[in-house]
Amino acid sequence: MRRALALLRHNAPAIVVLVGGIALWEATIRGLSIRAFILPAPSSIARALGENWTAGYQILPAAQATLQEAGGGLIAGALLGLAVAFAVARYPSARDIVLPVGIAVNAIPIVAFAPLANQWFGSQSVYSKMAISAALVFFPIMINVLRGLTSVSASSVELMRSYAAGEMAVLVKLRVPNALPFFLTGLKIGTTLSLIGAVVGEYFGGLNVALGRVVVESASTLAFEVTWAAIVVVSAVGILMYLAVLAAERVLIPWHPSVRGERVA
Amino acid sequence: MTDQPVVSLAGVEKEFALSGGTTMTALTGIDLDLRRGEFVSLIGPSGCGKSTLLRLIGDLTQPTTGTVTVNGKPAPQARLDRDYGMVFQAPVLFDWRTVEENVRLPLELTGQERAARDARVREMLELVELPDFARHYPYQLSGGMQQRVAIARALAFSPAILLMDEPFGALDEMTRERMNSEVLRIWEQTGITVVFVTHSIPEAVFLSSRVAVMSARPGRITQIVEIDLPRPRGLETRESRRYFEMVTEVREALRGGDGGAAPDASLASIERAEAEGVIG
Repeated sequence: MRRALALLRHNAPAIVVLVGGIALWEATIRGLSIRAFILPAPSSIARALGENWTAGYQILPAAQATLQEAGGGLIAGALLGLAVAFAVARYPSARDIVLPVGIAVNAIPIVAFAPLANQWFGSQSVYSKMAISAALVFFPIMINVLRGLTSVSASSVELMRSYAAGEMAVLVKLRVPNALPFFLTGLKIGTTLSLIGAVVGEYFGGLNVALGRVVVESASTLAFEVTWAAIVVVSAVGILMYLAVLAAERVLIPWHPSVRGERVA
Repeated sequence: MTDQPVVSLAGVEKEFALSGGTTMTALTGIDLDLRRGEFVSLIGPSGCGKSTLLRLIGDLTQPTTGTVTVNGKPAPQARLDRDYGMVFQAPVLFDWRTVEENVRLPLELTGQERAARDARVREMLELVELPDFARHYPYQLSGGMQQRVAIARALAFSPAILLMDEPFGALDEMTRERMNSEVLRIWEQTGITVVFVTHSIPEAVFLSSRVAVMSARPGRITQIVEIDLPRPRGLETRESRRYFEMVTEVREALRGGDGGAAPDASLASIERAEAEGVIG
């Protein structure tokens, strides 16, 4: 009970700003009689969300489909990023080849490949969306994990050497634990990117029940409350994925400054 | 067997390659034998190569010429046989491991069975008087406590030699004196051979059975001072007349070695670079 109160007090400013912001939004729309196709009021967005939750635009099943695509892309991109980071950390000569290529590829706006991905994997398939997500997620994970694997202190390596530890032991006992916070940071960045990849992929065609499709179709029929409702749900899915990584951090790296600093006194 | 020196350095010379093809002689003409159970300090100005000498014994760097023999074996073999424990100036604890997990690290590498391992960890934590902090993370400990954990970890697999590289250099004077007594107690309890690098004369005198005085440019041992203060040593030791005499003797040996020359900054920076893994 005390803990819940402390948590509430800690988050009170954020809650006040959020609720106040929505109230202000509502009041402005009503007071200035702004038309719904420019900016709908929060109350009409909420109504549209309720009406299209399972009926109409089917936002709930659409969110589930999009979450599946983004989640699949996140996992695939993370696995790929991990694999390349480990390989590059193990064979430093590979770094000079992989890093410039990685940076160059990363500079290409991957979302521009969405129509091509639909072409390659089939526009109706979830895999084309996952592929775009994975391509976006790959780079931040790879770069972060690589830094984590290689940025161990020289003294730590000497300590391991003084124990006659082999390369494998240094990897398992030192490099991997050192890389874990870096991986989780990459994953946090990845949650947002994976969702962007999935939604943009959906813009260019795909399953009819997906949040990107809801956005495109509702906007084309000028049902902007529904568009906004879909955007709210996309954000909610993104926040949910982010919170999942945050929860994982608390369990996996309780010792890390970023986690122990967050504790409510 | 007991007469055989634990550590024997013969004609050891160490050169570092500098950029531009030149070399710098860090150590020259080092001959030193350490008896079993001895506590030897290496003292000298910054850049005299005392840390390099310690790292040569521990096979963390190799001599250019000469031999380093540990327990009758070449130093690299001794390292593979885990004959020594190492304590650095920084505690070098793994942030993600609790105190007991840090102490357990070397035992995990030797593949000891769990029960024996856990018993040994408890024993070591009692030795450094930290059993109540077993489940704490390093960030929850003071600097002195962290260094005690590092000592417990270094002793975990009962090495023959404990190598300590200015272990208390970062601590305040009060904590440092307490840690000195702590180390002596552990040394007396375990009978381990200790090589201790320091730039503090009082620390060297208080702890050691012998103090090897070094000078810079090039680094060499200029004198070995036998410290005949009675043991066990404690507060009374630090206040005794003999203690001050020994401190004076070591101080004069330090001054005599190099005429009080300015420390060799370039070697100091090389040692630092090597410790940081930049060269080496």
